[in-house]
Amino acid sequence: MKSAMIFRLLMLAGGLALALLPSFAQAAPPVERVFRIEASSFAYKPGQIQLNLGDRVTLELVSMDVVHGLYLDGYDLSLTADPGQTARLTFVADRAGSFRFRCNVTCGAMHPFMIGKLTVGPNHSFTLAAGLTISAIAIFLLIHPRRASQ
Amino acid sequence: MTRHELTRFPLIKALLKNRWPQLAVYAALLAGFIFAIFAGFVGSPVGNHNFSIVFVWIAWWAMLILAAVPFFGRGWCAVCPIPLPGEWLQRGAILELAPTGKGVSLGRRWPNPLRNIWMQNISFTLVALFSSVILTMPLITAVVLSAMFFLAIGSSMVFERRAFCRYLCPVGGFIGLYSQIAPLELRVKTTRACASCKEKPCYHGSEAGYGCPWQVFPGGLQKNSYCGLCMECLRTCPVDNIAVNLRPFSSDLATPTKRLDEAFKAFIMVGAALIYAGVLLGPWGALKDAAYRIGSGVWFAYVGVFLSVLFVLMPSLYALAVKAGMLLAKTSSAVRPAFAAMSAALVPLGLMFWVAFSLGFVFTNATYILAALSDPLGWGWNLFGTANIPWQPLFTGLLAPLQTLVLIAGMLWSAETAQKVASAAGVRPLPVIIYCLLATLVMLGLLL
Ligand code: SF4
Ligand code: SF4
Ligand code: SF4
Ligand SMILES: [Cu+2]
Repeated sequence: MKSAMIFRLLMLAGGLALALLPSFAQAAPPVERVFRIEASSFAYKPGQIQLNLGDRVTLELVSMDVVHGLYLDGYDLSLTADPGQTARLTFVADRAGSFRFRCNVTCGAMHPFMIGKLTVGPNHSFTLAAGLTISAIAIFLLIHPRRASQ
Repeated sequence: MTRHELTRFPLIKALLKNRWPQLAVYAALLAGFIFAIFAGFVGSPVGNHNFSIVFVWIAWWAMLILAAVPFFGRGWCAVCPIPLPGEWLQRGAILELAPTGKGVSLGRRWPNPLRNIWMQNISFTLVALFSSVILTMPLITAVVLSAMFFLAIGSSMVFERRAFCRYLCPVGGFIGLYSQIAPLELRVKTTRACASCKEKPCYHGSEAGYGCPWQVFPGGLQKNSYCGLCMECLRTCPVDNIAVNLRPFSSDLATPTKRLDEAFKAFIMVGAALIYAGVLLGPWGALKDAAYRIGSGVWFAYVGVFLSVLFVLMPSLYALAVKAGMLLAKTSSAVRPAFAAMSAALVPLGLMFWVAFSLGFVFTNATYILAALSDPLGWGWNLFGTANIPWQPLFTGLLAPLQTLVLIAGMLWSAETAQKVASAAGVRPLPVIIYCLLATLVMLGLLL
């Protein structure tokens, strides 16, 4: 019984730590970065980009076949690249978390699912969500210990 | 448990009992359905500029999974146009009641070995395996919709009642599963009245209406899964014993299933949501490619992984969790019934997975609805002046917090369900709760 209680409290502590600690993490100093992203139907290469908070980023979108674009969720930025051309966009990554970027030019059947992922800092969106989920379930088990162990 | 009878209100009751309002909705939706097929065949091949894709897979899907199923259960089936032509032919009537024998159906009994939802599990899995092209290519959507349409007609011609809905429809299977969650139900007011009711017109039909098209005896209803809310029994019951009630969410899960076909439905849905989240909404181009290049080697690999996750990996890990729960509770009965019963925990979990997944593409693609309204065939029309509304994802900043909340709610809901059904199943719920927690973390990892 006692060990079950300790398990739940540890779970709660772990969950809260996962939810909150990444915000206190020592952030790497912001730098200038350039990413070249190749777009072809229906994927970006690389599909995932990792940045630090405050980085000044230039995205170079190169279209390998038909016209593709890129719309960045959360930042509401977009750019379009004609085939063989390079389109550039520079911005400061001032919002932490993970953001999807998606093609904004209809390029074929799977176009609505042509999606990449840009993460600023540690994946705050995930650690916060996962930490909250674990804490929530720990609290739930603390409130309903009887039913859980009957 | 508190229930509030909605049919107590004369207006609601009259609206449900009268055939005209239902027919009006039927007619509108049937027209829309046929137009979707038409648009898929003749309209633009570009999915996001074609009514068939935009209205079926964005508008209808959002309505179904975000509103109709969670709040109204089989509410969609109450107005669904797919089985109507077959049913009308079978009855030999559209609105008025036909004398029996006027219809053109062989009226066979559905074969006993298939009186379960395995066929629906298979039909859903098949649609899911081809989803990357069904969801994106108007022509393929039109083919699938037509196939459902003609299968439904064919089933009505050969078999009695709504065989297609009960045993074949790929959509009907999961609507039935998740309808257990809805805060709405159709039940008899008292079983005593049914016991002394000789003719049972709710099942056999009468001058007032048809016998239950869904092959359900209302007096025996314990859960929502197989009642299509068609309201025939409300019309036929001579002693006014049918009620539509408002009730607490997920009431049906208190008496969990004993059937493996229904338990597997729950796994199929959870597994498919996880795979879709990774393949369709994830950043991995190779996975999308595999799902899209149907018939190629990578596609077969994708099919192999898909089927193993749905039918082997997730259920066997769950069986282990249930077994662990039995060891903790020191019960030594068979695992199978406990496994089936504990699958109830996956019902709220799966529904919330689907809500979170759907939020991920519905709001980002919602502006297509306005554009397709004005130019449904992608032919450059501009009926309502909205054809040129540019694509603009909506609420992208809210997406992650919303998905997080939805998944946390689903997790807690499934934990609560696991606790509720555990003692009757003779298990401790903790291992199953941990399983649901891990599945939720994977889903969060894929979506965020
Ligand atoms: S089971 Fe399928 S075809 Fe039948 S009413 Fe429901 S959605 Fe329509
Ligand atoms: S007709 Fe009414 S009273 Fe008779 S069995 Fe059906 S629901 Fe019960
Ligand atoms: S007749 Fe009654 S029990 Fe049968 S499907 Fe219709 S509403 Fe449900
Ligand atoms: Cu595109």
